[in-house]
This record gives sequence, C-alpha cells and structure tokens, in this order.
Amino acid sequence: MTAAALAARPRAALRLSKTRSILLLSAVAVLLYVLANGHLTLPLDTQTPLFTALNSFRDWMIANRTAWFFVFFFTPVREGTAGLVDFVTGWLTTLGWVGIAAIAGALGLVFVTWRTGVAVAVALVLVGLLGVWDATMVTLGQMIVAVALSLVIGIPIGIWAGRSDRVQHVVTPLLDLMQIMPTYAYLVPLVLLFFIGNGTATIATMIYAIPPAIRLTALGIRGVSAETVEAASSLGSTGWQVLRKVQIPMARSTIGLAVNQTIMMALSMVVITAFVGAGGLGEVLLKALEIQDVGGSFDAGVAIVLLAMVLDRLTASASQTSDRSRPGADRVSVADRRRLQAAGITIAIVGIGLGVTQSWAHVFPSDFSLSFADPVNALVSWLEANAVWLTSGLKDVASSWLLDPLQQVLTSAPFWLVIGYAAALALVVSGRRAAAVAAIAGLAIAALGVWRPAMETLTQVLFGVVIAMVVGVAVGTWAARSGLVSQIVRPINDALQTMPAFVYLIPALALFGPTRFTAVVAAVIYAIPAVTRLVEDGVRGVSVTAIESATSSGSTAFQVIRKVQLPMARRSLLAGLNQGVVLVLAMVVVGGLVGGQALGYRVVQGLAQASDFGIGLSAALAIVLLGVMLDRITQGAGARREVKRIEDE
Amino acid sequence: MTSTFPAPGPFAQARLAEAQQPSAETAISVKGLWKIFGPGEHKIIGTPLADLTRDELRLATGSNVAVRDVSFDVRPGEVFVVMGLSGSGKSTLIRCLTRLIEPTAGEVMFDGEEIGKASQARLRDLRRHRFSMVFQHFGLLPHRRVIDNVAFGLEVRGEPKKARRDKAAQMLALVGLEGQEMRYPDQLSGGMQQRVGLARALAVDPDVMLFDEPFSALDPLIRRDMQNEVLRLHNEVGKTMIFITHDLAEALKLGDHVAIMRAGQIVQIGRPEEIVGAPADDYVADFVQDVPKSYVLTLGWIMREVRPEDPLDGPAYPSTTIIREAVRDVACSDSPIRIVDDGKLVGVVDRSMVLAAIAGTEPEA
Ligand SMILES: Nc1ncnc2c1ncn2[C@@H]1O[C@H](COP(=O)(O)OP(=O)(O)O)[C@@H](O)[C@H]1O
Ligand SMILES: [Mg+2]
Repeated sequence: MTAAALAARPRAALRLSKTRSILLLSAVAVLLYVLANGHLTLPLDTQTPLFTALNSFRDWMIANRTAWFFVFFFTPVREGTAGLVDFVTGWLTTLGWVGIAAIAGALGLVFVTWRTGVAVAVALVLVGLLGVWDATMVTLGQMIVAVALSLVIGIPIGIWAGRSDRVQHVVTPLLDLMQIMPTYAYLVPLVLLFFIGNGTATIATMIYAIPPAIRLTALGIRGVSAETVEAASSLGSTGWQVLRKVQIPMARSTIGLAVNQTIMMALSMVVITAFVGAGGLGEVLLKALEIQDVGGSFDAGVAIVLLAMVLDRLTASASQTSDRSRPGADRVSVADRRRLQAAGITIAIVGIGLGVTQSWAHVFPSDFSLSFADPVNALVSWLEANAVWLTSGLKDVASSWLLDPLQQVLTSAPFWLVIGYAAALALVVSGRRAAAVAAIAGLAIAALGVWRPAMETLTQVLFGVVIAMVVGVAVGTWAARSGLVSQIVRPINDALQTMPAFVYLIPALALFGPTRFTAVVAAVIYAIPAVTRLVEDGVRGVSVTAIESATSSGSTAFQVIRKVQLPMARRSLLAGLNQGVVLVLAMVVVGGLVGGQALGYRVVQGLAQASDFGIGLSAALAIVLLGVMLDRITQGAGARREVKRIEDE
Repeated sequence: MTSTFPAPGPFAQARLAEAQQPSAETAISVKGLWKIFGPGEHKIIGTPLADLTRDELRLATGSNVAVRDVSFDVRPGEVFVVMGLSGSGKSTLIRCLTRLIEPTAGEVMFDGEEIGKASQARLRDLRRHRFSMVFQHFGLLPHRRVIDNVAFGLEVRGEPKKARRDKAAQMLALVGLEGQEMRYPDQLSGGMQQRVGLARALAVDPDVMLFDEPFSALDPLIRRDMQNEVLRLHNEVGKTMIFITHDLAEALKLGDHVAIMRAGQIVQIGRPEEIVGAPADDYVADFVQDVPKSYVLTLGWIMREVRPEDPLDGPAYPSTTIIREAVRDVACSDSPIRIVDDGKLVGVVDRSMVLAAIAGTEPEA
C-alpha cells in the first residue's frame, strides 16, 4: 500500500522523504492499532502441540542414545572434547598455583615485557586470594582446549577463505549468522545433541570463538599486498611456498589478533556455558546470582576479569612484537633475548618444581584470602536501605511510565500489525529483501507459539536501544569533538569491551534487584561502548572542510553538530544503531536469569526442566529470529553503501 | 591528419620499410593475445561482440577487455618498451607473458616454446630460471632482510643458503647497495628499495627481465638515476628487457623499440625516432607533439643523399647519432656533417636541416 507506492518511486525521491514515510507509516500503524487492538494477540499457551512434539522429540533422542548418529558422531565428539578438557585441567591442577603463576609470568617476561610478566603473575595470585583457584583452573582448562581447537579449525579455514573467493563467499554468510545469533540461542539445540557436560560447554564456546579466528585470518591473508604475492609467483614459487614464505608471515600480526580475539570471545562464554555444565568460574558466578548473593558473584566476576586480563596481555602484545619488520624491532639484542629466555625458563622450571612438590605451592593456601563478598554485600544492603528511593524510583518510573505502556501496546496489538509495521520499516530503511526477511522472521516467531514472550523481549530491546543510542551518540559526539574526552573514554571503552557480558549483570543486580529493569540496564551498559565508538569514529570522519565552512558561515557549535556532523556521520549512526540492537538483544535475553522474564527466562527454564524443553527451544529459535528481524531493519547503512559503491564503479 | 615533421628523408624511409620486415631472430613473439576480465571471458572472441569498443562491451556484457589482439616481437638483447596511459592494459599484458594472469586467447612463443601450453611445473621452471620481474611498488617482503629478499628467487628453486647468500651479496654490489644487506626494506628509501627489487630479479640470472612501471612511484631525480642504472645494467649484463611505462620520455630514453598501447590495443610499434618522427595516428601524434625532436631523431632520420657540390671535409658521424649530439659540430663547421656507417659515406646533414629539426619544421628545399 503506502510503503509499496513509496518503494516504486525513484530512489532519489525515496531518500528525500525517508523520514516522512516513516512518520506516515507510524500514523497508519497507530490508526490500525486503535481499530484492531486486542484481536489476534496470540497469548502464550505452554501446551501447544509444537511444544509437546518437541518434548517427545527430546525424550526420543534421550531414549536413542545408541542410534548410529550418536554412536558415530555426537558422542565421540563430545567425549573427545571432554577428555581433552579433563586432561588439560588435570595438568593445570598438577602444576599447582605457583607453577601456573610462574609459567604465565615467564611467558610475559619472554614475549612481552618484564612488567607484563609481573602483572600477570600478580593477577593470578589475586585470583587465588579470591578463593576461586580451583574453579579458575577448570575454566582455564576449558578455555585452553576451546581456543586451541577453534584455532586449529579456524585458521586453516581462514587461510583458505583468504586465498579463494569462492570459499569466502560460502563462509561469510555463515559467519554473519553465527555473529548475530545470541549465544543463548544455540545452547538448547546443542544440549539436545550433546547433552550436558564440559564437552558440550567447550563446543558451545567454540561455536562462538571460531568466527573471529576465520574472519581475521582471512582478512590478514587478503591484506597481503597482491604485488608481493605476484612477485613471489613471478619467481616460480609454488602455492605452498607463497603461503608459507609470503602470506602467513605478512599476515602474522593480523593472525595474532585473531588468536587474541578468539580468546576474548571464548572468555565471554565462561558464564553462559555454565548452563550446560561448564563448571568453573561460570558456575560459581551463576549460583551466586541465582540466590542474589551479589558479593559472591562479584568475587567470581573479578576472577573472570583478571583471567581475561592475563590472557589478553599475554597475547595482544605477543602478536605485535613478533612482527619483525617494524623499525626498532631489533632493539633487544640477541644476547639480551637469550638472557631473557634463560631467565624465563628458569623461573618456569623453579615454579613448576615448587608447585608439584611443595604442598603450600600446590593448593592455594586458604589462610590468605581477599574476598570482596562481604563489603560488596554490605554495600548492597546499604544501598537497599538508603538509596532505595533513588534506585527504585528510577526503576519504577521507567517501568510504569515507559516499559509497561510499551509492552502493553506490543502485546495487545494484533500480531499482523506488528509484523507489517516492522516489514514496512525495513522496506523504507533497508530495502525490499530486508523487508521480506523481516516479515518471514516475524511470522516464524508467531508460528513457534512464543509471540507473547517475544513481544516482552522486544519491549526491553527497544527501550534499551533508545537509551544506549542517546547516551552513545552524546558521548561519542563529545569525544569526537574533544581530544580530552576521547582520551578518557577510549580506555574505559576498551576495558568494558574486553569484559565478559555476564559481569555487567552484577552491578545492575546490586542496584536494582531481580527485575526486568535490571536486564535492560545491563544490556544498556553492555551496548554503550560499541555505539559510542562507532559514533565517535563517524563524527571524527566528517571532513574538516565541511565543518570549517559551516563555522565560517557563523554556525554555533550546536548547529555544526546537528546540521553537519551528525547528518554526515549518518552511516556510522546507523551502523551504531545496528550494533546497539544486536548487543542489547544478546544481553536482554541473558537478563532472563535475573528476573528479565520473556524469551530469556523460557530458555533458562528449557535448559533446567525437561517439561519446558519444547518451549525453551522455541524461545531460543525466536531469539535468533528476533535478532535477524531487528538486524535486517537496521542494516540499511551497510547494504546501501554496497549498492552505492557498485554503482560508482 | 598526422604530422610527421620533420619528414623522414629517403634513407630514413628505406630504413622504415626495412623495420617493417619481421626480424629473423626473436626472443619473444606474441601473436593475437587477448585478455578479457569478467563473466564473458570465453564467450566473446570470435563473435560480433569482439568488435565492440571496451566501454560498449562492458555495458553489454559486464566484461572488460584489458588486452585486445596484441602481437609483437622482441629481439634478443633489446629493451622493448610498452607505453600507454593508465588503464590501457600494460600490466595485464606483461603478466600474460608468464601467465601470472592467464590470457584468454593468443600465443606467446619463447625460445621456440609456446608458453600457453606449458604445464604448471614447466611454467614454474621457466619463472625460476628464464624470466624475472620488477614491480611498481617493489613487492618486497617486509619481514625479511634485504639480502634474503634478493635471495628469494634462489631460495624457492632450492639453492643452499650459503650459495644463495653469496650470489645475493654480489647482486647487491652490482646495484650499488653494499652494506645494506642486513637491513629491512622499510628502512630504505624508495629508490633503494627498487634497487633491491632489481637485484632480486637479476639474482636468478634470467634471460628476460620484465619491468612493470618500476620507477613510477619514485621522485623524478631518483627516477632518472634508476633509468641510467637500467641502461648501465643492460649494457653490462645484456638481458632482453620488456619495460612498461606511462612516461613517454622514459620510453624514448630506454627503448630500442617502443609499442604504444591504447585501450588494450597496440597502435604503433617502432624505434623511438619512428614514433616521434612518424606517428601512426593522431593519438600518437598528440602524445609526441611536445617531445623535442632533436632529442630523439637521429642524423640518419633527416640526412639526404650526397650531392656533387657538397664539400666533404665536415665532421663524420654514424647515422644512429641523436641530432642533439651533433649540434655543436654543425655550429662550428660550414661544411655539412658526413654520415658514415661502417666506413661508407651514406649521406650528409647540413646546418639548415639540423635547425629545422630543432625548430620542428620542414627544412626549406
Ligand atoms: N583482475 C582484474 N579484474 C577485472 N578487471 C581488471 C583486472 N585487472 C585489470 N583490469 C582492468 O583491465 C584494464 C587494464 O588494466 P591494467 O592492465 O592494470 O592497465 P595499466 O597497467 O595499463 O594501467 C583496466 O580497465 C582494469 O580496470
Ligand atoms: Mg599498471
């Protein structure tokens, strides 16, 4: 109708009237809502035939563990992975805490700087003091196996994709899907195939950690100058020689980054995989969260952050200093290097010797401890007693003035109206294909029988995205205009982005208790760094000439921002919106754990209770579909740019 | 209308005719070479589509003709220059010779062997021993020291470390880079990096060296040094060279023969003086109009036959002398210059003819 007519017009006209067509659409939607609300709202029925069928499918799977596909594939894969994890964890335990700290310190000393060596060793001792050494080793063992396997699988595929356009074309959409899929969503189907256990947890971690390994490796290989590859070929190199002597060495620092990112991705799965039997720090944190022991979860959260820091420091800099071509890379003379290596090996050997033989160096002594649990719990109680007017004020205002009305509208609107409006928006912003995908995703959610929880989740996402965008655009613009602000914001962003997602739940829970609002707050904190960064880069990228010409014609600073910088950074803003939506959704569903209700809660229930399996699996699929739908609607920026680029050529 | 001032004299015309004859000896012979990029690569040649211009074809089929029906012969030991504007297909052409880019059609004969028919192994062998290439942006390996960059070609063909390092050190000396062996490429200036590229190409002791705009990325002064370096090396090692450039002055300076390329086709092949003195069409004429003729044309190009009244006590030059080099003697001597090839007097050049060549006009009869 309206939207179709608009789309039929030439693109220039469409672009001019984009804002107006969105307004028009919204007006039509409001009108239809007034006429039709309350009809076809699809309330939740927990006993639909689909759910029952899925439940019996699960029972059938469990009853058929001896079927060929289990015996020959799923079971060996799971048991093999689990065996590796047990083996590595066993060694980590054998080496003792002194041994581990010494090895980490020695690695830092030899490959990075002595300062890093000391820092990582101290960080590990702190982990011990927090009283979670054993849990940390379980987690570390899993990380080591998951990362090693991810790299063993991801780097060769990445190399292949870097060298072959055809492979790249096949792999890219798969990676895109893996990337926008909220991690929460594939746990349920995974459990169906692999059951609960640390093997399954490791496999779930790998699904999330492999994409950056592939993507960055391919990027690195593709980044090698075509001329250099040609030069090697022109001298008669074989394909293997080109790979080994040219492409891999020249892509080395990017592959190093791939390793680093893979580790970071794997770490961000520590808590979530506790749902499927990961054990370790994730389980400690999760158990504490479940009983609202904020202090206990805080200790585990700090340990996760410390572990992340250790692994990040060791790998981030290692990938840089190994690039020999940098001028000044030869600063450390050969003799010095030898001496460093000797010192490192000595430290490691002494540490291992102590850790294996001396009981005080083997098991972390429990007489020393440094738990934040009590002070944090005290602080929480204090907040509950004294700042409750502020926190619950905020919470109540947001809930009753914003979240509730929005949820009321979304859940009382006919499902076809919501889907139609979403598809029409996608059409205006991102084009015909996006609209079709959005519509199909919406219909599929309805067909899965989880329409109502999906609308509840959507409510939280929309609310979270609006706040994340407002804060992100404000801070990003400010940072782009002021070097000082940028210098302050950047390291904070860096730190926030390396932190595993669940850690964000802790302060939110401390402040707001287990509610829907808590999930939204955590999601907002989670999404803001990425949005801020994209906005800052976009605004910074606006040409100086454009700003100067606006200033020279007498614009105020505010006019420059509103009329020049933000419009010209439109693309980055849209990209920020897109990222914001994906991240907020990922975190909102995690919030199902702390009172967020909606789809996330259904997934948790599905993992915990056999009778809720069907609805849990449907909810997990709905999360993916909701992600696809939101991604398509907001994707406009990237897709348009592609079209434009092709037209220009 | 093509302007051919100064017009070639009768002797020059005879030599022009001679140059059209296929030479008996060729190092590389290219016949009917095509390269089409895009979906229609193998569906266009031999159909009416092949007659469309490049832009028409791109609109019609989405395919891009980079090289169109190119033929030429390169004589052993000469410098053969291909000159054309950016996008005219030069890089594609030179890469088709050793199949770094697989040609769509046509044949490349080298030493009696058709390169298009060579197996991958044979092709690698040819690249390892017979050809080498120098690139516009050098194509050096940033993670290797200069000496190991130069030794790279020897390494891929499996020579032992000591032998290849010795050879690489020799090559570095040859290009004037002694003492730089242990540095990394990014510690060298652009000109020095390209010398490394040159040394790398020389190290495998090839029969044919291919240059793809090797000096385009360099500053003018350094470019001049490097051109002289190539001329010097050509004299010292006597390799056959195929040299790509977009710079007419460079082409005329280095080339024994120059091919002018436009939109994938060769529009003229000739010695520098033929290109400048007798451009084949308006396109080439346009190109060469600002070239000072006396810097390119030879005495042989403008000489006339000896007349009985000519005093024969003037200075003697071979016919291949560039006019500019004879200016001083012409100015000092009232008698015409005698043109002597192999001890035989073949013609004379008088002062008015030299002045006309400098002025770029027809001499008065
Ligand atoms: N790999 C390729 N794919 C498609 N078109 C190409 C490719 N390489 C070159 N071309 C096209 O072929 C034409 C000739 O390019 P090139 O040989 O690089 O020209 P030159 O070296 O003379 O600047 C150009 O129009 C270029 O766009
Ligand atoms: Mg080129």
